[in-house]
Amino acid sequence: MGTQFREFETPTMTLNIGPSHPAMHGALRTQVVLDGETIVEAASEIGYLHRCFEKHAEHSTYQQIIPYTDRLNYCSALMNNVGFCRAVEELIGLTLPERAILIRVIICELSRIMDHFVCMGTNLVDVGALTNFWFFFNAREKIYNIVEKISGARLTYAYTRIGGLARDIYPDFVSELKIVLTEIEKAVADVTGLIQNNRIFVDRMVDVGAVSKEQAIAWGFTGPALRATGIDHDLRRAEPYYFYNEFDFDIPVGENGDTYDRIMVRIEEIRQSIRIIHQVIKRLKPGPIMTDEALVAFPPKAEVYGSIEGLMNHFKLVMHGICPPKGQIYSATEAANGELGFYIISDGSMHPYRVKVRPPCFPLFNAFEKMIKGHMVADAVAIIGSLNVIVGELDR
Amino acid sequence: MKGEPGDPSLLLRMTAHCRSECNEESPSSIMEIIIELKRRFPNAVLADGVAFGHPFVQIEAARLREVMQFLKNNQATPFEQLLDVCGVDYLGDALRFECVYHLYSMSQKRRLRVTARIPEDACHIASVIDIWPSADWFEREAFDMFGIRFDGHPKLERLLMWDEFEGHPLRKDYPLNKRQPIPTSKEIL
Repeated sequence: MGTQFREFETPTMTLNIGPSHPAMHGALRTQVVLDGETIVEAASEIGYLHRCFEKHAEHSTYQQIIPYTDRLNYCSALMNNVGFCRAVEELIGLTLPERAILIRVIICELSRIMDHFVCMGTNLVDVGALTNFWFFFNAREKIYNIVEKISGARLTYAYTRIGGLARDIYPDFVSELKIVLTEIEKAVADVTGLIQNNRIFVDRMVDVGAVSKEQAIAWGFTGPALRATGIDHDLRRAEPYYFYNEFDFDIPVGENGDTYDRIMVRIEEIRQSIRIIHQVIKRLKPGPIMTDEALVAFPPKAEVYGSIEGLMNHFKLVMHGICPPKGQIYSATEAANGELGFYIISDGSMHPYRVKVRPPCFPLFNAFEKMIKGHMVADAVAIIGSLNVIVGELDR
Repeated sequence: MKGEPGDPSLLLRMTAHCRSECNEESPSSIMEIIIELKRRFPNAVLADGVAFGHPFVQIEAARLREVMQFLKNNQATPFEQLLDVCGVDYLGDALRFECVYHLYSMSQKRRLRVTARIPEDACHIASVIDIWPSADWFEREAFDMFGIRFDGHPKLERLLMWDEFEGHPLRKDYPLNKRQPIPTSKEIL
């Protein structure tokens, strides 16, 4: 700036975004230095929702940890249940009945849809598009209703068990699910029509918070944020589990890795999840939903009350819990927001020696302070929404 | 024009790929990288093997950086991503703390767990933040929870706990029910 304009220079200003602000998606704090409205420096602080999940897990039995996992990503709690149980099952070497696995796939894909609904709905509200929020949350409510019927809860389900599921689906579940799926499709079509070529939305989202492939890999991105950059990496394809290699589905990828692409990848993922659920429904057959391995599964009530062995097995499981063999395992599943990893160290006792959660949004929010530099404050709000940072799993 | 309403490229941007090839089981190729690692750094690799389908190596803590540089930059199986760093406390062992790194090779779709043990009286290890920027908060968390110092980390501060917090909560000798007062907020920039 020339010396004659020195009087127009403005001092930089420090602004706190969060920790308690409606656009911050939870108790997150980012402090930014502003030159006018442009962010020149930024730093984030987390930990406001830290509740010692990992410390508690070391003092709980393996079954007792399942309800805690609900509180990690509370927008798709069922996926956390599945992720944790799968890690312990791998540690023990359990094989699940096919029906249990297929129901797990259904609830995982339903959770993925719910998670994407929350992410996109709030992201769109933040940029001023309120109508879409209602379209998404209406459909999400319908999913909640059927998930409530199978699990008994609307938010903290604790639906899976080590070795299977807590209870079977009810007889009308499949027919109700099909109706819900058509409503989801309608909501997605409605929102796509409203935003895809919307002048305001496109101006607001395209090239905002763009991340290159190299940056996304270096920053540890996984999930939709990584796929938005153009990398077709999805654990359901890269390391197939739960019959995902037998289902026919596409992995949507973006091009620029910007906020627009992150939204569009999520929209397409919802459509692919619907495709997967339809294939699972076709394959679903009656059968057991729990393994009959006596070391992890409670015996049927008739046996508990009718035989000494059943009573003893029940007593042992309640009092001494599940004791996996000594070992270490890192088990990763493709959660709605990316790779959800559980690193479990077992010392052979009823308590895990160490449980480490690798939350997908942890590296995403780590990179947030780098992503918003050079953008305006309003863009930072659009970017944080598209990253889908869930503080429950970020802080644990 | 790009980004204009009605621009057909916007509709085409959602090109959905369908890649059908899967990660076929061939444990040999991941063992190759471990064999190569042992050949290059004969004294650095203390233990190796495959646990539950995932290969792991335990390495000498002092040689962490050169091993990690090699793992990231080698041609055969470049581990481009550092997915997780965490600490483990083996209270009672001579080498009390363990740093665990979970690496992922996106091009080869391979995982590798690298561990390094450090004693309590020299509770520090080299930071890998310049090799993988994603190590930033993971290392800060391990420092916060276990008191492991990562040499070379530009901002090694507490992440989840507050600055005035005394002790490191995930250490095995930190009591489960201990309470500490929470102070007011601070400037973080």
